[in-house]
Amino acid sequence: MLKTFKKGGVHPPENKLSAHQPVQTALLPKTATILLSQHMGAPAKALVAKGDAVKTGQLIAKGEGFLTGNVHSSVTGKVTKIDEVQDASGYKRQAVFVEAGEEEWMPGIITDNTLDKTIRFEGPEIISKITDAGIVGLGGATFPSHVKLTLPRGKKAEFLIVNGVECEPYLTADHALMLEKGEEILVGIQLLKKALNVSQAHIGIENNKPDAVAHMKKLAASYEGIAVHALIVKYPQGGEKQLIKAITGREVPSGGLPVDVGCVVFNVGTVFSVYEAVQKNKPLVERVVTITGVQVKKPLNLRVRIGTSVASLIEQAGGLPEHTGKIIMGGPMMGKALGSAEVPVVKGTSGILLLPDAVSERSPIQPCIRCAKCVSVCPMGLEPYLLMPLSQQKNYDRLEAEHIMDCIECGSCSYTCPASRPLLDYIRLGKASVGKIIRTRKKP
Amino acid sequence: MSKLLIVSPSPHISSDQTTSKLMYGVVVSLIPAFAVTIYMFGIGALIVTAISIVSCVLAEALIQRYILKSEVTIRDGSAVVTGLLLAFNVPANLPWWMVVLGALFAIGIAKMTYGGLGNNLFNPALAGRVFLLISFPVQMTSWPLPIASRLQYLDAATGATPLSIVKEAVRNGEKIPDIMQQVPDHMQLFLGQMGGSLGEVSALALLLGFGWMLYRKIITWHIPVVIILSIAAFTGILWLADPLKNASPLFHILTGGVMLGAIYMATDLVTSPMTRTGMIVYAVGIGIITVVIRVFGAYPEGVSFAILIMNAVVPLINRYIKPKRFGEEVKHG
Amino acid sequence: MGLTILYTIVSLSILGALAATVLYFVARRFKVYEDPRIDLVEAELPAANCGGCGFAGCRNFAEALVKSETGEGLFCPVGGNEVMKRVAALLGREAVAQEARVAVLRCNGTCEFRPKTNKYDGVQSCAIASALYSGETGCTYGCLGLGDCVEVCNFDALHMDPATCLPVVDSEKCTACGACVKACPRDLFELRKRWKGNKQIYVACRNEDKGGVAKKNCSVACIGCSKCFKVCPYDAIVMNNNLAFIDSDKCKLCRKCVAECPTGSIIEVGFPPKKVVQEATADDINLSANKE
Repeated sequence: MLKTFKKGGVHPPENKLSAHQPVQTALLPKTATILLSQHMGAPAKALVAKGDAVKTGQLIAKGEGFLTGNVHSSVTGKVTKIDEVQDASGYKRQAVFVEAGEEEWMPGIITDNTLDKTIRFEGPEIISKITDAGIVGLGGATFPSHVKLTLPRGKKAEFLIVNGVECEPYLTADHALMLEKGEEILVGIQLLKKALNVSQAHIGIENNKPDAVAHMKKLAASYEGIAVHALIVKYPQGGEKQLIKAITGREVPSGGLPVDVGCVVFNVGTVFSVYEAVQKNKPLVERVVTITGVQVKKPLNLRVRIGTSVASLIEQAGGLPEHTGKIIMGGPMMGKALGSAEVPVVKGTSGILLLPDAVSERSPIQPCIRCAKCVSVCPMGLEPYLLMPLSQQKNYDRLEAEHIMDCIECGSCSYTCPASRPLLDYIRLGKASVGKIIRTRKKP
Repeated sequence: MSKLLIVSPSPHISSDQTTSKLMYGVVVSLIPAFAVTIYMFGIGALIVTAISIVSCVLAEALIQRYILKSEVTIRDGSAVVTGLLLAFNVPANLPWWMVVLGALFAIGIAKMTYGGLGNNLFNPALAGRVFLLISFPVQMTSWPLPIASRLQYLDAATGATPLSIVKEAVRNGEKIPDIMQQVPDHMQLFLGQMGGSLGEVSALALLLGFGWMLYRKIITWHIPVVIILSIAAFTGILWLADPLKNASPLFHILTGGVMLGAIYMATDLVTSPMTRTGMIVYAVGIGIITVVIRVFGAYPEGVSFAILIMNAVVPLINRYIKPKRFGEEVKHG
Repeated sequence: MGLTILYTIVSLSILGALAATVLYFVARRFKVYEDPRIDLVEAELPAANCGGCGFAGCRNFAEALVKSETGEGLFCPVGGNEVMKRVAALLGREAVAQEARVAVLRCNGTCEFRPKTNKYDGVQSCAIASALYSGETGCTYGCLGLGDCVEVCNFDALHMDPATCLPVVDSEKCTACGACVKACPRDLFELRKRWKGNKQIYVACRNEDKGGVAKKNCSVACIGCSKCFKVCPYDAIVMNNNLAFIDSDKCKLCRKCVAECPTGSIIEVGFPPKKVVQEATADDINLSANKE
């Protein structure tokens, strides 16, 4: 029987236009714009200066502080400047600009693609290699992987959960990666299992990728302690909490972490990067990005160097279609709409989606008819119809009591609302305010 | 790029469900019931339905245009649904001006004074019906004979509904098995050959509509099924206790407005609870109150009152019955 | 018949007496002592409940005033010095005077001066737009034009100007309650000293980008050239992060800086249209007091 999470969820049209497209290597950027904050926490500290020559894979910024990660040069060339650039949100962030010349990898990095299954390291060494390689969650949240691997005191992991769900419509990067780098992912899983000291790993893949399920199942048979689960197609199954529920039946408690129920979750793309970091000494300088959209000439999956501009990726997919209304970094449910295509790809960029004019603008907001669809689709068991007005009224006490902090911002409520109400917009606003209040309360 | 890119918060896609699609979905689901009512009550059914819909839509448009001076939103289809359902809740020989009055009350008082679509506490069509029932008790309880009076409107020959026949007879001390000889058999009741409001007669047609609404995901099964089950359960207990005085559960759920009420009136999106548990509480409440009114009250029929009473409780249900939150109950293996 | 009326009267009277007794004891038992001066002070306050004083409402402010020994740091911006004087008299203390202030929008990036680079299609709320991204123009500091400030203004003193896409402060109506200051996610409002005739000179820009970048995104941006800073005879101008700021408490409205500014980001309000730069009159300097 296929598994899934119980509560809520929606099933938008899948539109996996670029499924079964092999992963092609994107053109190297002429100038790589490498942002210093490609992870959750504070920006990394630049180690290079204007005029420095850097090689591909060279550490150019060091993550200092708790939730940060190292940043490496994704091309070989000269640092032309370290300056502010607009990121996906349009706000200015520090970035290192590297003008690309002839490619030369840092010594020590193995660039051939032969499979290396031998595990040579102990847990702590694996974690330190992952830290050095600047690996963050590639599913989009960009949570530094080494932090995830360092369990809070007193907690013990039982399962490693690997997220191959890719529940966002349109996106196919993880799908393509599983088909092409299945073995590497499995070796990566073994490495992570060792780092976490767990014996069981579960891979969850939605059943709209039967080839990936079959492929991973076949390969996993020859590895100890790796189970592959086909899951019913339902958004947001790629959400950490929903995936754990689907596979193990356990519920991460409200306000808790996956490790509270003995689980640690990694995306398949992250696992592949872990493989490369540990077995090949290769830091995270490239990732697979889906470039897609109904009007896109050649929807495809590209292996892209971090710092390549979105505009150049669109060029490689056949150019910007005439009636493009929106460029989205990420999937249609949780991705960020870009104000300009001159934004660099970051570690968390899983796809570039071009939406045509006709579907880019929102429908006019109508009154709530209390149809309760938002309540029934909320995967966290919240009441969006109630949270939205409470947020408008700034009734923060009540919002907190109604569990607004549990919201995972999946967008199922806004998606399903027949009256096109901007439920999530206001919930996000309320959540941010309540979060601020809670944080100040914790401080003495 | 000369054209500006559009930026908005996620999600960037939305389902193809809209308010008007929901409303017109309800209208479509009422086609079988409407066909049956035309067959049974003919011209009167047509006239009452047309007047009811037109006056509801007009009332909404005029109130929005001239009193509230707001945008006219009759295109969302909610007034059409109210009009249709109001017509389905009155007899086919109701004088046209009473229909207009009912429509005015439904839209003007029960809907617009609360702030229009989405804000009303009571189901507008039911409020209109109850308003008419209290104001014009005679006209509202004289029912045209099915099939026989298809070609007449106001001068249709009238008879009683099975429910009122039973109530009257029980009061006169007759035994249920004898009374059952005087009313249509269960098959006739199921197909709709009995006196009654326009839309309530055919259980079959209403069940077809229910199926369609479930298929289109307009409503969920909870409220109708629980109402019918709870009415069956409570009348069943009474029937088992004294089968000579109480009609069978099957008779109860096939007669009066149970099917129409459970499937269409109680499930009105605006005035029903938001959570599954809440819906079940609400539906059981409707079941109990219906049976209490039918068996112990003065009226033979109690569904409308039961729904309106439970409508008033809905805000309380929403306040205190919450969905089960994710991670509320820690299941640790 | 007569008996029925008698019964009714008697029973109702007994009921009434009983209820009155119960209420009397309840009122005694649960009586909370309140300083009677609170009511008196509250009566003097404007009853706008705007929160400009930092308290939830006028009642809370009145309580704080009565409790406070000196009234130090407590000020009702809406009522101004006059109300504070009356309150102080009530409480038998010296009034703490404050200069009258008025809200000023520190952005002049109209649709004309600040070209749009994208189109926002979300909810009409600055808070939401600002949390989402940098806004419809290249300037990441300027007004978002969605009117959160207009929404919170209790005194009808803020309106969106459709021609400029910017909110306009009605200085006559503004009470300097500070609601807009709190509401603006870009922190564009400042409560500046209120001059006679609502004269005002200020840098209508908060852009901290380097000059070239700022100028590219908005033709009236402050480019941080420091010319105003150099020309100011009163040390009223501070340069910080490529941005000039005129301290309204030091400024004497001499208008020297206005002529210096190469981008026109320094705005003068309420002056007669004169080309010649002139010294401020004694009037302007001394009478910065209350609204008349």
